[in-house]
Amino acid sequence: MSVSELTMQERDMRKVTVKQRVVKIAVQVLLYLFLITMAVIVIFPFYWMLISSVKSLAEYQRAVPTLFPKEILLSNYVEAFKQANLGRLFLNTLYVGVVSTLLSLVITVLSAFAFARLEFKGKNALFAALLATMMIPGELFTITNYVTVYSLKWMNTFTVLIVPFLVSVFYIYLLRQNFMQIPNELYLAAKVDGTSDIKYLWKVMIPLSLPTLISITILKMMGAWNSYVWPRLVANDEAHRLITNGLRNAFTESTGDVNIPVQMAAVAIVSFPLFLVFIFLRKYIMKGVSRSGIKG
Amino acid sequence: MVESKHSWKAWIYLSPAILLLLVFTVWPIINTVRMSLLEGYSSMGAAGGISYSFGIGNFKQVLEYKDFLKCLGNTMLLCVLTVPISTLLALLIAVCLNAIKPLQRLLQTIFFLPYVTNSIAIGMVFAAMFNMVGSAFGGENEIIITAGIINNVIEFFGGTRVNWINVGSSYIANIVVMVIYIVWNALPFKILILLGGLQSINKQYYDAAKVDGTRRIRVFGRITVPLLSPMLAYVVITGFIGGFKEYSSIVGIFGDDMGPTGDPGRLNTVVGFIYDALGNHQGRASAAALILFGIIFVVTLINLYVSKKKTHY
Repeated sequence: MSVSELTMQERDMRKVTVKQRVVKIAVQVLLYLFLITMAVIVIFPFYWMLISSVKSLAEYQRAVPTLFPKEILLSNYVEAFKQANLGRLFLNTLYVGVVSTLLSLVITVLSAFAFARLEFKGKNALFAALLATMMIPGELFTITNYVTVYSLKWMNTFTVLIVPFLVSVFYIYLLRQNFMQIPNELYLAAKVDGTSDIKYLWKVMIPLSLPTLISITILKMMGAWNSYVWPRLVANDEAHRLITNGLRNAFTESTGDVNIPVQMAAVAIVSFPLFLVFIFLRKYIMKGVSRSGIKG
Repeated sequence: MVESKHSWKAWIYLSPAILLLLVFTVWPIINTVRMSLLEGYSSMGAAGGISYSFGIGNFKQVLEYKDFLKCLGNTMLLCVLTVPISTLLALLIAVCLNAIKPLQRLLQTIFFLPYVTNSIAIGMVFAAMFNMVGSAFGGENEIIITAGIINNVIEFFGGTRVNWINVGSSYIANIVVMVIYIVWNALPFKILILLGGLQSINKQYYDAAKVDGTRRIRVFGRITVPLLSPMLAYVVITGFIGGFKEYSSIVGIFGDDMGPTGDPGRLNTVVGFIYDALGNHQGRASAAALILFGIIFVVTLINLYVSKKKTHY
């Protein structure tokens, strides 16, 4: 092999690595280009909501829209608060959210404890039956529940918004799995010491499964915040209306002449607590989400 | 004996859950079947002493009802369009996210953002983005004040504006808006699951492929997709289940009318049909709910069957 031939080969090899490098960089550039474009599309509605919410009506309705507001008008938020009666809606939703979360936690903890720690006849059959109900679409229950709450004279009360959804088989399942991971020996030792079940639950099991309980709390609160269909059916009066329903009601357009900046301000107010939850408590939501496939 | 002492205790602990489940879950299952089999059943009528005869009339009536077929058509169309689009897009985004290092966490957070939103509230934002403000009667001399940001963007790139959701808008335009909104809404969950799946694939497979000098596209087809197939099956199945229950995203954009002004009910879905009948025609609503359950059940079985054949564990 002559010297010149060798250098030729070497040069070829170097060419390949340079080519590979160029391809690699080009691929990375394309990846980022695609991801950033998609990310912009994904957040654009939020951006549009925020900037529209501080525009004046005149600025919003310009033929060529401004991508950044010329003047920031916070009065839209005051107007939205008044027009949609958001204060009242917020209190109603908070009340329903807090009461139903607390009661739901108690029921879930007790049931999960029974399924995870205690022995009784038909335990496995009962648990399987509960899990089976998760397959049935909720709409199927709604029809009868509507008739039931009507005959119980619960229409337009807070009870109707709280009681029918207190038990969630999914939460019981989630917590039971968590409880099962706590060694049984701890429980038996506590029994020998004469600790009562409730005390054991409170001192050992609840602290050890706090992350799951927090997940349940967040999902339940978000459920109250986002629920629309059931509240609209059974509690659509001023005194008991929940926030999502109230938001939709306040801006139902019949003429097409809605003040959109004010509407966007109302939407932003309703979305804001959800963003806070997202920023600070994301890991708890993701924990529940990835196991359920249930949309909030 | 410890066990026997526990037995009655367990039932006490379970009693609140069982009591509520009996009233709000078990009874509805039984009662829905009962109401669906009583011809033309209405709870008001029943309370007033009317007795209903037994039969499958409700099911027949629902299936012959033009409104129901329209609702079913809308639901199926949205399902067939949104599930594949959102799954493929989510897969693409997840694969790209998995292939980058800087900015990965930030982008991941952005893509998850739509998950925690209120579908009614953000639906109103989408409606505003597609909304045309003006005299809005579709005539020649119509004065448009703002065409909406989406139309502005289209016009910026030299296209012509479209009446997306206002009076006189076309069915296709309405469906396009709904597909965009539903896909936007469905992406975060799918990306989360698929990215989780990708990150759990053993790196050794890729290293082996690299040693063999396998092309990227082949690596994707032969390693990534097969190993990701359980997660893909999962997001497709939950996507179809959610898709058949589509309702509130349409309310978010079009309001309770479920259609553009002037044509209410144009985009109504099966769930919307059930809610419309729920107040006075429980027999019809129950039959429709059971049909919906049947459809979801069959589609899920088909999905499971197909994925069992194609899924590699």
